[in-house]
Amino acid sequence: MGKKSEVIEREEVVIRFSGDSGDGMQLSGTLFSDTAALFGNDLSTFPDYPAEIRAPQGTVGGVSGFQVHVGHSEVYTPGDYADVLVAMNPAAIKANAKWIKQGGTIIFDEDNFTEKNIIKAGYEKDPVSEERLEHYNVIAAPISSMVKEALKNFGLDPKSVLRTKNMFALGMVYWLFNRKLDYTEKYFEKKFLKKPGMAEANKIALRAGYYYAETIEALNPVYKILPAQNAKGIYRNICGNVATAWGLIAAAEKAGLNLFVGSYPITPASGILEELAARKDLGVTSFQAEDEIAGICTALGASFAGDLAVTSTSGPGLSLKSEAIGLAVMTELPIVIIDVQRAGPSTGLPTKTEQSDLMQALYGRNGECHVVVLASSTPSDCFHFAFEAARIALEHMTPVILLSDSYLANGTEPWRIPVMKELPKINPPFADKNEIPFMPYKRDAEKLVRSWAVPGTPGLEHRIGGLEKTVKGTVSYAPENHELMVKLRTEKIKKVEDEIPDIVVHGDKQGDLLVVGWGGSYGYLITAVTELQAEGHKVSFVNFNYINPLPKNVKDVFEKFRKIIVCELNLGQFANYLRMKYPEFTYDQLNKVQGHPFTIKEIKEKCNQILEGK
Amino acid sequence: MTETTANSYTPKDFKSDQEIRWCPGCGNHAIINAVQKALAELGIPKEKIAFVSGIGCSSRFPYYMSTYGFHSIHGRATVIATGVKVANPDLSVWQITGDGDALAIGGNHFIHAVRRNIDLNIILFNNEIYGLTKGQYSPTSKKGIVTKTSPFGSVEEPFSVGELVVGANGKFFARTIDANVTLSTQIYIEAARHKGTSVIEVLQNCVIFNDGVHDNIAAREVRDDRTIVLRHGQPMIFGKDNDKGLILDGLKLKVVRLGENGITEKNILVHDAHEENPGIQYMLSHMRYPEYPVALGVIRSVPGVTYDDAVKEQICSVQKKSAIRCMDDLLNNGSTWKVE
Repeated sequence: MGKKSEVIEREEVVIRFSGDSGDGMQLSGTLFSDTAALFGNDLSTFPDYPAEIRAPQGTVGGVSGFQVHVGHSEVYTPGDYADVLVAMNPAAIKANAKWIKQGGTIIFDEDNFTEKNIIKAGYEKDPVSEERLEHYNVIAAPISSMVKEALKNFGLDPKSVLRTKNMFALGMVYWLFNRKLDYTEKYFEKKFLKKPGMAEANKIALRAGYYYAETIEALNPVYKILPAQNAKGIYRNICGNVATAWGLIAAAEKAGLNLFVGSYPITPASGILEELAARKDLGVTSFQAEDEIAGICTALGASFAGDLAVTSTSGPGLSLKSEAIGLAVMTELPIVIIDVQRAGPSTGLPTKTEQSDLMQALYGRNGECHVVVLASSTPSDCFHFAFEAARIALEHMTPVILLSDSYLANGTEPWRIPVMKELPKINPPFADKNEIPFMPYKRDAEKLVRSWAVPGTPGLEHRIGGLEKTVKGTVSYAPENHELMVKLRTEKIKKVEDEIPDIVVHGDKQGDLLVVGWGGSYGYLITAVTELQAEGHKVSFVNFNYINPLPKNVKDVFEKFRKIIVCELNLGQFANYLRMKYPEFTYDQLNKVQGHPFTIKEIKEKCNQILEGK
Repeated sequence: MTETTANSYTPKDFKSDQEIRWCPGCGNHAIINAVQKALAELGIPKEKIAFVSGIGCSSRFPYYMSTYGFHSIHGRATVIATGVKVANPDLSVWQITGDGDALAIGGNHFIHAVRRNIDLNIILFNNEIYGLTKGQYSPTSKKGIVTKTSPFGSVEEPFSVGELVVGANGKFFARTIDANVTLSTQIYIEAARHKGTSVIEVLQNCVIFNDGVHDNIAAREVRDDRTIVLRHGQPMIFGKDNDKGLILDGLKLKVVRLGENGITEKNILVHDAHEENPGIQYMLSHMRYPEYPVALGVIRSVPGVTYDDAVKEQICSVQKKSAIRCMDDLLNNGSTWKVE
């Protein structure tokens, strides 16, 4: 490994790769994460990219970033502030300067810091001094000219040569963190199977960066992060969208049903449709619909025909699906609707995260139209909650909305792979073939669930639809019948609470402050609360994954704390929901709508204010 | 098309126990009779038939059938039916829709279903008016029509169903008149046997809001002279006395009289519904009275790969090649590591 004057063992480190949209920063970040994961570190990643595929080069709007948080112990978030920033141009410094830790390391491509680019990024002359970064560990590396030099006799066109810059930078980071190059080199061999020249060029650039970093030694100290002490098992890295897709396939297998997905591409949910479309090997039927409405309606048709039916979307798409969700409620057909939330309203900030679709998921339909609402909280538990959403939908004959978000969808973390035989079997309430004449709205006494008679079954022919019906399935406008049916449908959803787990308190079961979160803020909130606890505060944390119905023990948990603060990436939707459900408590709020997750710092500051009685 | 087994049904077997609530004299009564007759003749097991509808007077249809049925929401019957068919290609799936449901609110889905060639039988009841909402103009209403929402006359050009079907690369288009139960029955049978999206436009009368809209061509005393029933392989001859026919005059169709100017049956065009090039079929579907007779019968019926078959085949071929056969395989596929 060569000379290293100082090796520092670190608990954790945050690295941010940043450059133009076309600079390949997502790939550098992903390869670094995979290498760290294979080494055994715990990690969490977050890609942060603009909505424009290729925004004007060199502008702040076109900066694409990938942040990875690598740790020796458990890592819950991609981290607030970066220890190391790789900046391929001045705009990347502009976009990230305030996210670098005091005294952190900045590696930048000196060749790209031309006068034109500096001005384009909004600086006058010198980004480092204008951002007051002089006392940071600033490494100005001539990355562009180094790759040109390294590949000069290689016969590649100049464009392709410059495309390996990201690998030069990655090589430098590998040296800095004492990592091996073999995983990345194997990746090149596989990716460029038919272009061995490209594989070799990337390898040369990677090694050139690695040796350059070794040679200049300006990169001291070298960081070393020991493997995390994870539970035994087989692990892989997974992002939220893939985990969601896999949870659904797993549910179909456990229910013995075909999986049908009807969706329309939308950022940041498209990854779910893409992964499901790729899974023909497992028999998934994917239908890329002509619009969002067609997405859910084809799924609903498939549900009527007896499939596990799914539609995936993001907020604006959920708006378009509202009427069809109402039809699913009325016809009591199972369907899973996945909303990967992004910053809204309207088109909003398509690639940025937010938790502001909660009220839409709960109430955004005409009529008394209750559905089950769940929320995932980490990239890997998207698998569990997608499975759970499908299980509840199938066993309770209801639509289930699963809320994910942009941050979970694209973030990755290591995940201990489950074994299928450990997962519960799913038992949809199929109608008995002797239930003749079949009554579509006859319910079981315990769960109030109707039975599912699948077309093709002789003798169970029946008609359902959006008009109010009697138990027999006859259209009815009778006032008493309507009220009865509305109440039965509502009660059916309420009864799901009998089989959902209690909320778990992280920390003492009583204290001065209870931090309440839901869905994807989990990682930041638990990190902040753990730090507050270590500082001696009587603070605990609960995170909600079951939003409707709520777990039964909410009141028992809440009443043991002097104060409650609800933290969410919106203006207080869950806080208001809790005020409606549990008006006996007073709720403080921490809210943010900047398209970014919370920082640990701002959560702690707010909690400290409350604890100090300010 | 769905595989049929020997089942002896009568039309009555397809009637549900629900009382039909369409207005007396509505064209829908005749349509449902013809559909039930066709189904009895087709002999498809009742449990393998699904009727899907959207919103509108026509869309109550599934409630009156004893098959599986799904009465959905406005404009969405096409996509619900698509989901049913793709999920279970063994079913014979029928979509019941109207000019508003299929061509206004559901217009997008309609063209895409036709483009994809999903094996659906779409019966489009065209009465050129919104009936259930009590009399507003529709996308097929003739320009100038005075309705509640066009009190000074509509300024919109109407859609023509056949042209939309051909424009969307459709493979099957037929037209019939509600009261002509014999012709309708034949068409429904042919549509059901066609693999792919079959669109049948039924010129249907709304006795309340647009009474007599098709009378100028469909009334018993004029219909022989003002319509032409096209049959594959037969010359395009029409008229009460079978004395008129269609020829191609340059690039246009022309009505001629047999026996006049030396015209004999040999000069008359022979209908080829199976011709892939839609040129003449397009012109036939476009014919309007009084310049031309209105074309009835199966105007276009060409074979093509259906979406539902293609999806199934693709899954089979991927499965044959893939090493991933169950979820455990997928979970362990790719980069993994072991923590001891």
